[in-house]
Amino acid sequence: MKKEPVKVKEKEAALRSKNFDEVVLGYTEQEALFEASRCIQCKNPACSSGCPVGIDIKKFIFHITQKDYKSAYFTIKEKNDFPSICGRVCPAEYQCRKACVFTKKGSPFASDNAINIHFLERFVGDYGIKNKLEAPLEKEGKFSKFKVAVVGSGPAGLCCAGELARRGIKVYMFESLHDLGGVLRYGIPPFRLPRNILNFEIDYLKNLGVESTPNFIVGKTKTLDELFFEGYSSIFLGLGAGVPSFLGINNENLCNIYSANEFLTRVNLMSGFKFPEYHTPVNIGKHILIIGGGNTAMDAARAALRLQKMNNIAPSTTIIYRRTKVEMPARRLEIEHAKQEGVDFQFLIQPKEFISDEAGFVKKLVCIKCQLGEPDSSGRKRPVPIQGSDFEIDCDVAVIAVGLKANQILINVTPQLKVDKYSDVVVDAGTMETSINGVFAGGDIVGGEGTVIEAMGMAKRASKSIIEYLGTM
Amino acid sequence: MRIISKKILADIQGTKITSIKIEAPSIAKKAKPGQFVVLMVTEQGERIPLTVVDADINSGVITLIFQEAGFTTKILGKLKEGDSLFALAGPLGHPTEIKKYGKVVLVGGGVGIAEIYPVAKALKLAGNNVITILGARTKDLLILENELKNASSQIYIATDDGSYGRKAFTTDILKEELGKGGVDLVYAVGPIPMMKRVSQVTAGFNVKTLVSLNALMVDATGMCGCCRVTVSGQTKFSCVDGPEFDAHGVDWAELEKRNKVYLDKEKHICNLNKI
Repeated sequence: MKKEPVKVKEKEAALRSKNFDEVVLGYTEQEALFEASRCIQCKNPACSSGCPVGIDIKKFIFHITQKDYKSAYFTIKEKNDFPSICGRVCPAEYQCRKACVFTKKGSPFASDNAINIHFLERFVGDYGIKNKLEAPLEKEGKFSKFKVAVVGSGPAGLCCAGELARRGIKVYMFESLHDLGGVLRYGIPPFRLPRNILNFEIDYLKNLGVESTPNFIVGKTKTLDELFFEGYSSIFLGLGAGVPSFLGINNENLCNIYSANEFLTRVNLMSGFKFPEYHTPVNIGKHILIIGGGNTAMDAARAALRLQKMNNIAPSTTIIYRRTKVEMPARRLEIEHAKQEGVDFQFLIQPKEFISDEAGFVKKLVCIKCQLGEPDSSGRKRPVPIQGSDFEIDCDVAVIAVGLKANQILINVTPQLKVDKYSDVVVDAGTMETSINGVFAGGDIVGGEGTVIEAMGMAKRASKSIIEYLGTM
Repeated sequence: MRIISKKILADIQGTKITSIKIEAPSIAKKAKPGQFVVLMVTEQGERIPLTVVDADINSGVITLIFQEAGFTTKILGKLKEGDSLFALAGPLGHPTEIKKYGKVVLVGGGVGIAEIYPVAKALKLAGNNVITILGARTKDLLILENELKNASSQIYIATDDGSYGRKAFTTDILKEELGKGGVDLVYAVGPIPMMKRVSQVTAGFNVKTLVSLNALMVDATGMCGCCRVTVSGQTKFSCVDGPEFDAHGVDWAELEKRNKVYLDKEKHICNLNKI
């Protein structure tokens, strides 16, 4: 008899959307065992090929079925240092689950019937946290005389730091903000990634001996040359894609028009949702528009809706997207969660200009309707505006979530660091080494916006190269 | 991040200006005139930018001068010598381009005087003829007069009430100075209305004018766009593209409005905390 997939328990939409607590509750042991038992242990599994870091999925799921969670944990840890994070934020439906044998061939994302690999990963990761499982550590080895600087403490930096520290290398992590985690802290809201999980994973690095310096802007506080001069043998750059893109339409700098980065940084990093206990304000309106269709747009929309409810404002948060739901790059789960919670979606609409009130605050958005045309370079159907279809939408807060570019602070002061036409750092695809000897890079600063696990995959490759590089010294 | 000394520079008519010296060796080593830091007073705090007024490489100390305006500057003003900030990062922004321009007129208004001081010093050292015009509401609110006297070849003072120097606006004196001719650069920092007037005046004389803008910021590293300003029709981030811009291109009305976006919330949090 075919077994049905085990649905993960979630907090009820009406209740959860009044706070920032975690929405997805995760599998219980029984649920994990049942879901794991659905895996048919393919002779030639495709799932691992869908994972950017190549976790041995078949093997860790087998360990679950044997109730050997410890082995499951270390199987994942061989490839991924942060299963509790990735199990929560990976777009599994485009990665491992899409590659699962249960996904229908040619489907744009995973079928419902595909094994819920991410929930199993999360179960195992959380088991590891609860039971304080720690991967073996080389305390004194041939690498313990080296120190390496990791610039940026986002997914790539954390992963690289962990990999190196486990080999006994002394790792110093530099972060420009006052708290560690990069996009995991400023971008992803606590209802998707609870702060205790993030803090635990960061503390794990501290236990490995990683030293971290927040409030340190490499490129400003110190340059790469100065770091080398201070005795770092190698440097890893995990700078991220931190610079928000805007629409380039009229009146985009009106008051209460935020980039998603600003809105989410105020809410997440600065705990603006707890104003005035926390001092960073964020303005909440009666009609909030979110422009964009990616995960950041979903995060911003769900955060905005929560803030409306928490401030006793009748919820009215609308996502404006110029294509349709199918083309939305966001995780399917995020789209569903947003819908359940009461976020409204308006498809095939392109923003044209904002309209101001007397005090300079945004009042309306003028839009134009679109229809889908031929596919563009991204392979998605191109939105084509329908002439004369302009209309206005009420809007007193707008959040622009249309993508991010590379941060230029370090690049501007480091002319010898080669960048491409998007100002992303150019690396050797195999070694992840940049144009500067001994400097490696990974994550969104290489090749633009990607996922957490893709960043970690690159960092992993870079860490291997760094170890090889140190071996030649 | 420890405050090693604190001095109240002015405190009358509800206006309080304070100078603090902070241990920050790596920032002190790097900070150049025109640059700023971003700080948090407490773990619950906001991130606010403040100009580095002085940086001493030898002692590893930086000087910040601020006027208590919003909630964060008010709680910053409550810190005592020996207290530490929760966070401090920098130096940020582009430094002022220091070179020999020739005759430079610096205009400072209110707490903005603190921001022109390091620029005046550096420009004088670079061999410029530095003429400084300082403006304050009243005599007791005038700061750094002696310091700027030493950093300038000529200094003019204007007060709104005529209690010291001339009863005039800084722009009145600026006009006279520009009328004499030969001014190669005007550099102005102060309240937005003052910088706007300076810009209008110098545009009439076709003299290059730089202003250091005080836009609201969050991360201050180019990540959020809170500090975006329109300059010559283009959107710029004050934190990474500035903080100095060509005054004649700045959309002053937009900046003025954007800087008031949280006024209600400021009032609310100040009332709640009775400060």
